[in-house]
Amino acid sequence: MSDITSAEPIDSRDAGRLALLAEFWRYFSENRGAVIGLCFFSLIVLLAVFADLIAPYGPTEQFRDAFLAPPVWQEGGDWRFILGTDAVGRDMLSRLIYGSRFSLFVGVIVVSLSLFVGIIIGMIAGYAGGWLDTAVMRVMDIILAFPSLLLALALVAILGPSLINAMIAIAIVQQPHYVRLTRAAVMGEKSKDYVTAARVAGVRPLRLMFITILPNCLSPLIVQAALSFSTAILDAAALGFLGMGAQPPTPEWGTMLAEAREFILRAWWVVTFPGVAILLTVLAINLMGDGLRDALDPKLRRS
Amino acid sequence: MFFYLLRRLGLLIPTFFGVTIAAFSFIRLLPGDPVLLMAGERGLTPERHAALMRQFGFDRPLWQQFLDYVGGILQGDLGNSLVTKNPVLQEFFALFPATLELSLAAIVFASVLGVTAGVIAAVRRGSWFDQTVMGTALVGYSMPIFWWGLLLIILFSGILGWTPVSGRMSLMYFFPEVTGFMLIDSLLSGQDGAFISALSHLILPTIVLGTIPLAVVARQTRSAMLEVLGEDYVRTARAKGLAPARIIGIHALRNALVPVITTIGLQVGVLLGGAILTETIFSWPGIGKWMVDSIFRRDYPAVQGGLLLIAAIVMTVNLLVDLLYGLVNPKIRHTGG
Repeated sequence: MSDITSAEPIDSRDAGRLALLAEFWRYFSENRGAVIGLCFFSLIVLLAVFADLIAPYGPTEQFRDAFLAPPVWQEGGDWRFILGTDAVGRDMLSRLIYGSRFSLFVGVIVVSLSLFVGIIIGMIAGYAGGWLDTAVMRVMDIILAFPSLLLALALVAILGPSLINAMIAIAIVQQPHYVRLTRAAVMGEKSKDYVTAARVAGVRPLRLMFITILPNCLSPLIVQAALSFSTAILDAAALGFLGMGAQPPTPEWGTMLAEAREFILRAWWVVTFPGVAILLTVLAINLMGDGLRDALDPKLRRS
Repeated sequence: MFFYLLRRLGLLIPTFFGVTIAAFSFIRLLPGDPVLLMAGERGLTPERHAALMRQFGFDRPLWQQFLDYVGGILQGDLGNSLVTKNPVLQEFFALFPATLELSLAAIVFASVLGVTAGVIAAVRRGSWFDQTVMGTALVGYSMPIFWWGLLLIILFSGILGWTPVSGRMSLMYFFPEVTGFMLIDSLLSGQDGAFISALSHLILPTIVLGTIPLAVVARQTRSAMLEVLGEDYVRTARAKGLAPARIIGIHALRNALVPVITTIGLQVGVLLGGAILTETIFSWPGIGKWMVDSIFRRDYPAVQGGLLLIAAIVMTVNLLVDLLYGLVNPKIRHTGG
């Protein structure tokens, strides 16, 4: 086992941490795609944070003299609106920049929520074993028996369509993956010597679970978190597109696409750009996810 | 193998029971009174309301309602749609062939193209072809398919005018439904152009629905092939002087396909989820669009029954994939009992 994290179970020395970080970066930076993904993702984070400064106009500001103005390079384009305007005269570029906030927000909230709940449930199931484990895993099987988008859609129907409810629904749909991963990792770790030693030394169950064992189970969880960050953005956009996510006039990319649907044959730009934004963001995150997997999990390393 | 099957079935029954409870709770968790929702804008007198509550059994204890519901399921009765008043089961199976045809087309598209591309990429590892395939696969994997569908409509229906925008069949043709598969029924009808019409309606939705599975299959095939190509027996076959095509096609591919088949099987959930978006974009009259419409119309019995049936389909296919895996993978067959 040359697993980076389990080689030194708990190392509080700064030098050891730095060395681990350096090793991680060495593997991560070997993957050119991952570095490109990281750069692009950083750019989106900057756009989202400084949207007020960067965006030329507000996301809901209307220009009544420019309905469906084409992008600047096309005939009839206007330098005021570089990527054109939508059907009610709002600047596409500004809306896209503000939209990055929603996508990142969705990703962060969904991943934190499902990771947090998933780790706790999975840890308890894996550590306790027995009937509790069986019961928890059956419930997870039930959630996984439904196609995730369908279940999310049905849950939003119960909760009422809004971005917050869409995020809750997506988090519920995603957390079984974390439960399974945590449980599997915990079951692998809990019979190891260092855990037995800690238990014999009188460490109490809660500390044993979350301080002793958990740090050694994190690699697969981090990789899964990166991958489900992109799934969360895609699903939230899909729910927005179906009218069950963020509601107009929120400049959420999926919702923008839904509003643009009726203009697809007249104004290609209102349909094309929000999709490009979703695709590039998700692609960047997936590239990073591949790099993370290569760097953190030697067993899964691509040959 | 027999005991393995029994064990898997044993696991399936409690899960399916749980799915039943989930679908049953679903309708009760929805905000609002089901009878008031059915009445809609018109409103109800209190007497009429009470009568309807009694008629639908909503006034009885929850456990009794649940037993009735389970009893109904066992007899194949999933209740009636609030909108059309038809049995949910009948509605579902009337629309199911459309989704099945689309899903099969998508999975064939994804498997044929994905396995071919994955094998070539693995054999020519590191070449421009490999890099292009892997790059494209990552883009495909990251694709918001609802947007992809709109783009294809703009290009092929709008600009080029090659394919129709929506539906399964041109209104020019009418023929009896035999199999429910437009491709087959149009051929059976013997009408000129009917098959072409069915095909041209099917092609864009197939590409859209098949995109993510295609990316997954290509990536999985490539990594499975790379693993197998490094094995000793492949080296032995090379050393024996067997033709490369024979080594790749017979020795390597057969073993590499084991995980690929599992991957393809596990795409069923993805397909049914994707069908919701694809069918909505292309107005494809299948269960995905039906589910979305039912959710919007607040047709709770339809949503409830649809969830149950879709979960049952996903679980059954996953079971079949597991069994198939046991059949093609001798390791499981022997140790699994």
